[in-house]
Amino acid sequence: MTASEIRALFAVASRPEVVSLAGGMPYLAALPLDSLARDVHDLIAEQGQVALQYGSAQGIEALREQICEVMRLEGIQGHPDDIVCTVGSQSGLDLVTRVFCDPGDVILAESPSYVGALGTFASFQTEVVHVGMDDQGLQPEALRQAISAVRQQGKRIKFLYTIPNFQNPGGVTLAVSRRAEILEICRGADIMVLEDNPYGLLGFDGQAYPALRSMDADNVVYLGSFSKTFAPGLRVGWALAPHGVREKLTLAAESATLCPPAFNQMIISRYLAEHDWMGQIKTYRECYRERRDAMLSALDELMPAGCTWTRPDGGFYVWLTVPEGMDTKAMLPRAVTARVAFVPGTAFYGSPLGGEERHRQMRLSFCYPTPDRIREGVHRLSGVFEAELDLMQTFGTGGRSNTGGPQSPSPDLA
Amino acid sequence: MSDRWIAVLAGGLSHERDVSLRSGRRLAVALKETGLTVEVWDPDAALLSKLEDHKPDAVVVALHGGEGENGAVQSILELLHVPFVGSSSRACRLAWDKPAAKAELKAAGLSTPDSVVLPHNTFRELGAQNVLAALVKQLGLPLMLKPHEGGSALGAKVVHREEDLPHAMMDVLAYGDTVLAEKYISGVEVAVSVVEGPDGPRALPSVEVVPQGGVYDYTARYTAGLTDYHSPARLTPEQERQVGELAVTAHRVLGLRDVSRTDAIVTPDGTPYFLEVNVSPGLTETSLLPSAVETAGGDLGEIYSGLIDRAIARG
Repeated sequence: MTASEIRALFAVASRPEVVSLAGGMPYLAALPLDSLARDVHDLIAEQGQVALQYGSAQGIEALREQICEVMRLEGIQGHPDDIVCTVGSQSGLDLVTRVFCDPGDVILAESPSYVGALGTFASFQTEVVHVGMDDQGLQPEALRQAISAVRQQGKRIKFLYTIPNFQNPGGVTLAVSRRAEILEICRGADIMVLEDNPYGLLGFDGQAYPALRSMDADNVVYLGSFSKTFAPGLRVGWALAPHGVREKLTLAAESATLCPPAFNQMIISRYLAEHDWMGQIKTYRECYRERRDAMLSALDELMPAGCTWTRPDGGFYVWLTVPEGMDTKAMLPRAVTARVAFVPGTAFYGSPLGGEERHRQMRLSFCYPTPDRIREGVHRLSGVFEAELDLMQTFGTGGRSNTGGPQSPSPDLA
Repeated sequence: MSDRWIAVLAGGLSHERDVSLRSGRRLAVALKETGLTVEVWDPDAALLSKLEDHKPDAVVVALHGGEGENGAVQSILELLHVPFVGSSSRACRLAWDKPAAKAELKAAGLSTPDSVVLPHNTFRELGAQNVLAALVKQLGLPLMLKPHEGGSALGAKVVHREEDLPHAMMDVLAYGDTVLAEKYISGVEVAVSVVEGPDGPRALPSVEVVPQGGVYDYTARYTAGLTDYHSPARLTPEQERQVGELAVTAHRVLGLRDVSRTDAIVTPDGTPYFLEVNVSPGLTETSLLPSAVETAGGDLGEIYSGLIDRAIARG
């Protein structure tokens, strides 16, 4: 199956009949839309001439101060001057890669990693080398080995890209006990750390982990986002970077977008000032925890023997591995016929090297469908697996033809 | 400006949803340019009430695959007495079943590659190894495998080596329960669109497809630049006449109406082979019917506007 065939199949996932476990859309129905509407009205009425005007490339100061408050929840002592607001943290990824990387440079990333980052890294012709992860997150020893192996090949490593909390797509969190070691390895090897933390405040037990940036202010560039804790449509994220880096990022941002939308930043600033935003995050957490529970209990109940999956304690995603011989990408047409969608695991790898198990993995997201729909989706998925196992039995074989490269739905797919 | 208003059905739940949405949008723009009022509807649970409440003067089915081509949507339109462009539900059902359509056309004297229909059950009951061995013995290699229903070449693949057959079969069976395995015929691949006018069905100039990767699969079809098109095809005038006749014969024999597209291959000895027929030809920027219309010096909007007139006249 080709990349565009997969895109075509994802097109069906946007229909309400399909239970999409493919997308990463936050559940915005949990937002207080009425009072937000009033806020936006007031914003235009009171500050329209500023909100609708060009702003600074670095972002509005009031919001950058508030962002410092938000980051303090994860132990970060940042200064507003060291923050640059970005158009979603995706553009932060783009700016950092643009500033640091030349074609052929190596970026280390978890195995598997966020598909949107892999797309950005590929667009700058960098090479991604994946580093092993277990249920405690990145493995320090695997990181050491990867660094040494890449350097032996004479290649230049620019940074380690990591999502330490409730990782996308793995659903795992870097153990606090490993954090200092990972940072130490990178500092010792003179490799910068790019910490991407969109889900950090979405721990289901209210737990927040110390950000890597809180433990090493000089060697970590931190990317934050309001997409998961508030609303992705506003496209407001930020980068917190050591001063010299921050200046370069601001210049790069200026040439890319002139300035991030002042209007959207001011909506967020007003929201943070006037709403119980922590209360909203709690609402989200409870909503996502219920959905996570629905997914895990349905998986426990319905998955055939030989399937394994992660048990996230925050974020949006479960990472599932199917029995040997099965191929998740080849199953996608059958899944779409059965009205359920997922993202095949191969989308989350940026390098063609890797074992057979990649073809047996898939990402299931629980953020958007209701608990009932999630159970229904997992039920349909189990039917798809059964039919596939039946087919394997008929032909006495598994493991099918495959295509490489990131293949995933567009971001607006539920 | 006409006061007629037309609903274009596009999208749907088939694997070809994406292509259909593109076809629908393109057709809607073309029809608006002729002065019609057009809305694009994605058929869902609200379709029946929408049809009854809004009463479009006519419907154009730009759905591909599934309900839009197997006669299901057409049945509903017939039931509600809504004029629509395209074949009747009965004709759609026949054309949709690729093996049945091939059998009809073979009986009518057209050449079509030898083939066999293989439901998953056949493999299960007779043993996959045995069936595959018999298949290769009878039809030889390479083989063309397709889901027995569906279009846009989704799931279709050419298999050159016997050892690749089990995996390929499994891939095709992910799209549906039954595989159509055809002897692979090489030659000039052409698509011939048929449009009906006052004088009956006529063939538009053929379009030759030369996929750079050798196989006109889904990606080659819908990615600009991956396939070279020659319109008219690089055929002799006699061959061009023959493929046109083949397409018109397929259109007539299967009882199709208004518009269809036949895919065929002309072998080096000049024999045209029927491959399959589509009752709802793709209308995207890389699709074959729009290309044929352009070669003929026509306009897509005008042609479909004419078909809408016919549909309304039929009532």
